[in-house]
Amino acid sequence: MMLLTHSHTLLACPPCDAFLRLLDGRPVGEQKELLSKWNEMGTDEPDLSLFRPVYAPKDFLEVLINLRNPNYENGDSLSFRTHLGLIQVPLKVKDIPELKEFFVELGLTTGQLGIDDSTQVPPELFENEHVRIGQKVLAEQDGAAAQQYIRQGSPTALRADLWALILNISSQPEDILYYEQLKTNVIQHDLLVDSLIYKDVKLTASNDDYYFVFEDYLYQVLLCFSRDTSVLGHFAYNSASPPKSYIRGKLGLEEYAVFYPPNGVIPFHGFSMYVAPLCFLYHEPSKLYQIFREMYVRFFFRLHSISSHPSGIVSLCLLFETLLQTYLPQLFYHLREIGAQPLRISFKWMVRAFSGYLATDQLLLLWDRILGYNSLEILAVLAAAVFAFRAVNLMEVTSLAAAEAVLADLSTLKVMPLLQIFLFATVT
Amino acid sequence: MKIGTSTESGGGSFIGLLSTINGTLNRMSVQTIRNVFSVETGYRLSDDQIVNHFPNHYELTRKDLMVKNIKRYRKELEKEGSPLAEKDENGKYLYLDFVPVTYMLPADYNLFVEEFRKSPSSTWIMKPCGKAQGKGIFLINKLSQIKKWSRDSKTSSFVTQSTKEAYVISLYINNPLLIGGRKFDLRLYVLVSTYRPLRCYMYKLGFCRFCTVKYSPSTSELDNMFVHLTNVAIQKHGEDYNHIHGGKWTVSNLRLYLESTRGKEVTGKLFDEIHWIIVQSLKAVAPVMNNDKHCFECYGYDIIIDDKLKPWLIEVNASPSLTSSTANDRILKYNLINDTLNIAVPNGEIPDCKWNKSPPKEVLGNYEILYDEELAQGDGADRELRSRQGQSLGPKGGRSRDLGRTVLTTWK
Repeated sequence: MMLLTHSHTLLACPPCDAFLRLLDGRPVGEQKELLSKWNEMGTDEPDLSLFRPVYAPKDFLEVLINLRNPNYENGDSLSFRTHLGLIQVPLKVKDIPELKEFFVELGLTTGQLGIDDSTQVPPELFENEHVRIGQKVLAEQDGAAAQQYIRQGSPTALRADLWALILNISSQPEDILYYEQLKTNVIQHDLLVDSLIYKDVKLTASNDDYYFVFEDYLYQVLLCFSRDTSVLGHFAYNSASPPKSYIRGKLGLEEYAVFYPPNGVIPFHGFSMYVAPLCFLYHEPSKLYQIFREMYVRFFFRLHSISSHPSGIVSLCLLFETLLQTYLPQLFYHLREIGAQPLRISFKWMVRAFSGYLATDQLLLLWDRILGYNSLEILAVLAAAVFAFRAVNLMEVTSLAAAEAVLADLSTLKVMPLLQIFLFATVT
Repeated sequence: MKIGTSTESGGGSFIGLLSTINGTLNRMSVQTIRNVFSVETGYRLSDDQIVNHFPNHYELTRKDLMVKNIKRYRKELEKEGSPLAEKDENGKYLYLDFVPVTYMLPADYNLFVEEFRKSPSSTWIMKPCGKAQGKGIFLINKLSQIKKWSRDSKTSSFVTQSTKEAYVISLYINNPLLIGGRKFDLRLYVLVSTYRPLRCYMYKLGFCRFCTVKYSPSTSELDNMFVHLTNVAIQKHGEDYNHIHGGKWTVSNLRLYLESTRGKEVTGKLFDEIHWIIVQSLKAVAPVMNNDKHCFECYGYDIIIDDKLKPWLIEVNASPSLTSSTANDRILKYNLINDTLNIAVPNGEIPDCKWNKSPPKEVLGNYEILYDEELAQGDGADRELRSRQGQSLGPKGGRSRDLGRTVLTTWK
């Protein structure tokens, strides 16, 4: 099974000792068992010892580092314009003045949830009015207004509804029926990819302080997700292509090609963390599923496919590195010198949209802004802001491992003040 | 100066963390505590000695005595005609119904049977009065399962059986609020520095303890303690027990989840009610507590929330476990002990038990004032903190104020 990327680099699947079929019909007895255990698949321990995740973020980073534009001649001489980071593809990224304009609502004079709702601030100053406006937006079901509103953050009680409004999810009977059909599909057929999902959940979410409670929801969502062919629709605007498999004996014959897995998305290590935070908002499985699917086809797919899109992972990496090199040159240079290229540390944060690294309430405030600005660039800005925040400690380290240690624990960070200070309160 | 510590089996000790304080440190077992306060030994604590238990804490921390005191407290309020004791049309207390229906066995056996027969399909939970960590607890749904505790003679005077065999039987809450399909309970820490006037503090960093197994009220699972009992001492022997998170959630996670899925008002109301029942339980035992000025105590409150978002007081522990099951746990308990001692022994100085027990705000650490009777009676309107988390820590009938904010409490 091979993963074809935009640049045709191949990531090989680790070989399995036993021959495992990609797709198998389930015997009836097993179907009944799975149906009865649908709500507690976490306790069902299939033998996962043969499986390793197909790839992890650091493997993906190696691919990105090797991307080159064959038409681009850099010149041999180094100048102050030379990009010293890992990404060597010359995409256009925003600088701080442009970011300030783009993220104008995060400015110092605008009220924010995540800053102006803290204990010391009387709620009359901002919070009460903001909540009132949010309720009005919801009452009028105004999606565009909701998207504008949520740039200043969403009150916890309104967030689930606001996100559904912005993502255009309304949970009609046909949506619930569609989910049930996917569930039936899971019961009736066993996919090889299912084992990858089990493994991923067990390795990540099950050990997470915030998300372990929702383990069973994650299986329910992801197993259905991998069978959902409607997800293939997003490849129309994704420069990646879904991997294909061929019916036995018909290798290469297009008429016998099927997309595998059916939704065209092979989960990588940490994939389940895209779903986990959503469990804090939605506890009804079909709604949770719809929200996740929409978040994936709008945003998350860009974090693990190669493209030149400004919200694509390549641009985010370049944006991060450029921000650091331009505005924190001493830190950037120091880290480079000790063999700790900053992107090597921040890549995993961005690929996962910081899920599993930030406290959940902070993560949700961050994802509010992703929805509000319809862009993932904020992930790169936050990554740079974190480095800026811990710059003093980072300047003192002398190895990659030590740098990793300084940045290992982000769970106490407050994202909105960090972003605000980095964009609007730092002398550039 | 001596700081007495008390350990029960399975509990931790305070010893390692008191290195900043001068003086000798004594490990006192519960038996020693009894001796210290026993009339017979004639031992008197001196002014510079304080102890971390009240002599008769069992009035609150033994399951049968707690229920007895709360029942007595409610009847007293009813007799006084207090609005707190108001009942609804079914005869249930509106504001003081926070302990599940409970009977003492074997004393109340006949009363219990009467109640049981009214709803024969209900489940009841049997708990030994004097044990901890989930030991000896089991569920029943048939009278035959507790034949042992039926009274032998029908006369009104009977010999009290030894306390070892005394049990309480409570109506089992078979509709707990489930998250991720799992049952959980809340462990909250409450520090009492004096009972009369009542001054108590609530630790902000409580946690939820989840079962490792999905909840099922089915009768076939009544014997499966991994489904029903949330004690870590039990759960950690389960197959799926995870040592990284230990099946624990912070209370702030719970709050975020409930606000996001149920709304802010009902969540605020739930937490208000939790504070209310803690204060009421302390008020219930305050009259019978030996309010020795050498004493303070940090209790572990166990609370269960049902699926209608009503909190229930399950029990109060005098020696909550101070051992840690995870890394986060260790940090939490370290801070708990640190903050507790900062309040009980201000400035790390040699204590004088005659002090007014009013620590300055700065030393509270992660504690917040839950109820201060002196302040409540002194000035009806002004209150101490109102935390961001919506804890309206006002008295009954008051409005909480802080920095110009007014919050109407849901308390009468």
